[in-house]
Amino acid sequence: MNSLLFDIQDLSFAYRNNTVLQGIDLQLEKGKFYGLIGANGSGKSTLLELLMATLSPGAGSIKYKERDLKDYSRQELATRLALVPQHFSMDFEYSVYDVVLMGRHPHIPRFSSPSQHDIDAVERAMETMDITHLQERMVIALSGGELQRVVMARALAQETEVLILDEATSNLDIQHTIGIMRVIRKRVEENKLTVIAAIHDLNLAAAFCDDCLVLKDGSLFANAAVKQIFTPELLQTVFSVDASVDQTPENNHPLIQFRYQ
Amino acid sequence: MTSTKQLLILAILFIILCIAIITATGMGFLQITPREVVEILWNKLLGRESLDINPTFPFVVMEVRLPRILTSALVGGGLAVAGAVFQAILLNPLADPYTLGISSGAAFGASLAIILTIFGIVIPVWFSIPVFAFIGAMATLIGVFSLASTDNKLSSNTLILSGVIIAAILSAGIGFIKYLADEQVSIIIFWLMGSFVGRTWSDVLTTVVIVIPGLIFTLYFARDLNIMALGERTANTLGVDSGRVKKMLLVCASLITAICVSVSGIIGFVGLIIPHLLRMILGPDNRMLLPACFLGGATLLLGADTITRAWLPSEIPIGVLTSLIGGPFFCYIFRKKQLAKAS
Repeated sequence: MNSLLFDIQDLSFAYRNNTVLQGIDLQLEKGKFYGLIGANGSGKSTLLELLMATLSPGAGSIKYKERDLKDYSRQELATRLALVPQHFSMDFEYSVYDVVLMGRHPHIPRFSSPSQHDIDAVERAMETMDITHLQERMVIALSGGELQRVVMARALAQETEVLILDEATSNLDIQHTIGIMRVIRKRVEENKLTVIAAIHDLNLAAAFCDDCLVLKDGSLFANAAVKQIFTPELLQTVFSVDASVDQTPENNHPLIQFRYQ
Repeated sequence: MTSTKQLLILAILFIILCIAIITATGMGFLQITPREVVEILWNKLLGRESLDINPTFPFVVMEVRLPRILTSALVGGGLAVAGAVFQAILLNPLADPYTLGISSGAAFGASLAIILTIFGIVIPVWFSIPVFAFIGAMATLIGVFSLASTDNKLSSNTLILSGVIIAAILSAGIGFIKYLADEQVSIIIFWLMGSFVGRTWSDVLTTVVIVIPGLIFTLYFARDLNIMALGERTANTLGVDSGRVKKMLLVCASLITAICVSVSGIIGFVGLIIPHLLRMILGPDNRMLLPACFLGGATLLLGADTITRAWLPSEIPIGVLTSLIGGPFFCYIFRKKQLAKAS
């Protein structure tokens, strides 16, 4: 069985005359947790936008399941890819339930009511993110941590095979960060979910990802399993920091210690 | 809120509007009972003469009151729907149909039509004012769009800012026209304050052909509008082409606003208050909110127009009345909402 999802060939992108990404060759497989790391302005967000087809490649091609990404309709893509953004705010008084139900939008035909399957998916997603007790509350009134769990639940309710996280946990405290990452990790292992996550916290990436894609100045600098990727040399070259790399005692994942002074 | 309950509220709003239309038609210098109004309408529909009723009544109902009442209802409904759409698209609950400067464009057009006569170009004002106002509104829309188009995503901040800039230029233009108009300045001022005096069936018709298809069009995209509340980026990943939907609905809501303004002048607060009030009752779901806004806006403006027409000793401009009542009322709900949020 072919487990290749994304096949990216010689991808480049520029905003007006400002080249953001160039010469990216990359294959992403089903059922893996990919971490996307790199300094600010290295092109992480742009790469995610290109994968979601909200931007079109300047040159090169992106294929999803052997079909060019631009041949998919937005509706088709919405049933395959879900996004969890970093910032989420809402000015209207929708309830938590309403917002999670919005994740079912691509599955519900216009002018139809949600089916039993849609309602089940919403309830499962709320349960997974532990927000069932909040379902009647207005999203405006939630705390940052609760809100991000609602956004996660909305993306899970979408029941896609790929989940794209754009710094999805960087506004959360450590407890909620670990909680959400564990849920996603479980989905990857049990449901063959594919995750592509832009992450700033390198230790978080090292703890949860299978592979890491490292961007530097718009090029793919490295692409390997987390155990190989985190070396003091790479951290020095890509992020210009001094660090040593140990291993966690439980599962030998890399553990990075930065030199602060 | 369950959808049965919401549908019930919609039905109630519809019944209130029907009652308001019939009652308002009976009110005025000549008192006509609701029963007689219904009988006149019913007979007219069947093409019969109303024999046992005062013979002047059918004329008063059909030719004098009903056109004005229907125009005010359509304009009220149109403005409220346009307001709700602008609020949803610009993700700003304080937006109204005039946020993009359409009112200033229409006012500029109308003022221009009025001073044309000074320069010896004589076009009948009943014809030139609405036409010029409509052209002014559309030109403003094009101006705002082309100014905002430097930002591909047409973000709400860019749109609102472009609207403010264009409106400021047009206001200066209106000021200059007022200066030129000299003695005719009062006509301009009166037009700006809005009025439904002397509206005819042709006004009803021109409003209907834009407002009703516009309402249907916005209803078709109501669910996409809900999704767009999640933000443009997320909406795109949920299968909504938010850039396209945004443009189409902005043009649609602007068209509705333009026709309303050109028929009646500038009537404030209906497009702001009605969506707010109904959102508090029905929730933010646009599939229910938009039809409710149409019904609620129609009833409110029709009511306000009837007050100036039939109750007040002398008729005051409708735009002044809606702002005088609407302003303080808006302060009240705004404060109440802030307090509710704080507790």
